[in-house]
Amino acid sequence: MKLLIQNGRVICPETGHDAVADVLIEDGRIAGVGPGLPAGGAGVIDAAGLIVAPGFIDIHVHLREPGFEYAETIESGARAAAAGGFTTICCMPNTNPVNDSTTVTSFIVETARRKAPISVFPIGAITKGSQGEELASIASMVAAGAVAISDDGRPVMNARVIRRAMETARALDIPLIEHCEDLNLSAGGDMHESVDSIRLGLRGIPSASEDVMVARDIILAELTGARYHVAHISTKNAVAMVAFAKQRGLHVTSEATPHHIALDTGAMKPYDSNYKMKPPLRCTHDVNACIDGIVSGAIDCLATDHAPHAGDDKMQEFEKCPFGITGLETALGISLEVLVHTGKISLPRLIALYTSQPARIMGWKNAEARGALKPGYVGDVTIFHPEYPWVYDVKKSESKSSNTPFNGRTFHGGPIMTIVNGLVVWRAPGF
Amino acid sequence: MPKGLLGIEELERSEIEQILERAKAFQPQGGQTFGKVNTCTGRMVVNLFFENSTRTRSSFEIAAKRLGAETMSITASGSSVSKGESLVDTLNTLVAMRPSAIVMRHAASGAPHFLARHLTTPIVNAGDGTHEHPTQALLDARTIMDRCGRLDGLRVAIIGDIAHSRVARSNIHLLAKFGVDIVLCGPPALVPRDLARIATGITIEYDLRRAVQGADVIMMLRVQLERMHEPSMQAGEYFRFYGLRPEHVALANPDAIVMHPGPMNRGREISSEVADSQQSMILNQVENGVSVRMAVLERVLLQ
Repeated sequence: MKLLIQNGRVICPETGHDAVADVLIEDGRIAGVGPGLPAGGAGVIDAAGLIVAPGFIDIHVHLREPGFEYAETIESGARAAAAGGFTTICCMPNTNPVNDSTTVTSFIVETARRKAPISVFPIGAITKGSQGEELASIASMVAAGAVAISDDGRPVMNARVIRRAMETARALDIPLIEHCEDLNLSAGGDMHESVDSIRLGLRGIPSASEDVMVARDIILAELTGARYHVAHISTKNAVAMVAFAKQRGLHVTSEATPHHIALDTGAMKPYDSNYKMKPPLRCTHDVNACIDGIVSGAIDCLATDHAPHAGDDKMQEFEKCPFGITGLETALGISLEVLVHTGKISLPRLIALYTSQPARIMGWKNAEARGALKPGYVGDVTIFHPEYPWVYDVKKSESKSSNTPFNGRTFHGGPIMTIVNGLVVWRAPGF
Repeated sequence: MPKGLLGIEELERSEIEQILERAKAFQPQGGQTFGKVNTCTGRMVVNLFFENSTRTRSSFEIAAKRLGAETMSITASGSSVSKGESLVDTLNTLVAMRPSAIVMRHAASGAPHFLARHLTTPIVNAGDGTHEHPTQALLDARTIMDRCGRLDGLRVAIIGDIAHSRVARSNIHLLAKFGVDIVLCGPPALVPRDLARIATGITIEYDLRRAVQGADVIMMLRVQLERMHEPSMQAGEYFRFYGLRPEHVALANPDAIVMHPGPMNRGREISSEVADSQQSMILNQVENGVSVRMAVLERVLLQ
């Protein structure tokens, strides 16, 4: 099986390639990149006028299966990912049951293999039931296919537990991903603590709840030498502390979500739960700090924190609604708008945030090597248009949920074709 | 789509003036009951109270009846909410019975705002969580104007748990629209500094004596034990530092008035001497509640 993608602007941040060229995929692997490659019986895709990039990777997704299949399944979430240009996603363990054992890890790996059009890697829980007390069966989950550990959504409040988890993660050479939120400081909060939360009579989640957790974890990352990754970073101080940790040579990385760089507290529609997520939308200076962090490199990659919730769950009193919004299908459109069209970063830099950078954080090697258009790498390619205007219509979403603040928004540039292991798994209508 | 009344924040000053003016016309003449005006005959008002309330609910009910409208009151304990129905479904069910307006109180901030986006029946907010209680602010403004003749240029001290008070928020928005000098005072955990930025003309003071100095109006708030989820102050210490006593009233303007939205806790936030003094407007507030709610309901029902 051969696939030849011709005449696109081929951008691979890892190799530094940025020129019109062809990409050949053979037997599911990248076989070559260069001008005028011979078709030799390969299926041919004309990518003239389009960007051809390594397959996009999203290391922070919630797929809701097992347990909440009414909101999303591994299959529907993976389809939404493909429609967003993603070829690889990592799913968080807050399912029911929690992915804290090989049983659940194997279930996800197996279900994804049978039903998902793209690659899905599970992230195991740090603690049993994500209760923050006893460590989960981390080594066994990794043996079964887990690529990282996290208690996303249920931050580990006990510093001794997180220390032991970091030591374990280091020995297994996997990253530990933390949802940084001091639960005592954020207790019961529904939105960012600010004049707006006071005005709306909603309980606030102060930036400090994120900051103190990032500070604690960086100190422990230094103590343990672990690869430590800050999920959905959202505050000015947290970005500064991650930059400081990098300066000290620690293995500390961070991700930002598209919505945290696109929206601030002021963009919220009052009491509309499509604007309710954790961390909450922050102040303008936090949003700017996250964008600056992407420019400077303090923030390593973008990740969607795709968090589907069924309509009924989001159609309630604001304080009753669960946290989280979907994000897979809008990620590229938003990040082009906020980062590239504004001239903050170049197109190759943006691509790095979705390819080589997340791949580096997760450390995929050998047969799993991905995130670059290098011979032998997994044959995943994302083809997108950097400018064409399109409107996001949530009714046409591949996701089972529609909780997004971006419905009806016009974007300039978005995914055109998603190729996994040399097979086209999604293409935009009309292409 | 017909407009209800969700909050004071989104009202224009002129709209507030119209409501207060109309309310004045409804005020009863000395010793009599409220006149029956029957401007809203044939209209149907549903009072939907998801939180307990005696004075607000009966005040709305009397107001609707004096306007000639029919009323029906539902309390949460007797409603389908206790059977697990969602708020939207409950409201849709009621709306299908075609009331002219729904008066609603709910423990969640923004609950009526959320519903208003999905319903066509106008909603009058009778208190939403820790957000707004617009008719309380209107009746407070009517009471101040009855006594002081104006709002502009007055100094009003609001004392107590501002953070969790919907009465305070609505009053702050209303008074700010009239250029009132607003002083907020209470224990630091209940008076976050950012409160000073929700409207204009606000200063924050943590010392009760300084807060009431030269005040024309002292508004006391109830200590809301049911909303108290912040580590704050012991009850005894609260009264010592923030309980309003005659010695504090003496620091205010000589003809200052004292207000309280009720229900008050004597000996917790206000002493009996003050509550029962000539300067206390507490029962005038209750009386004005009816005339102001008549004005509000009429405005909603006759559009």
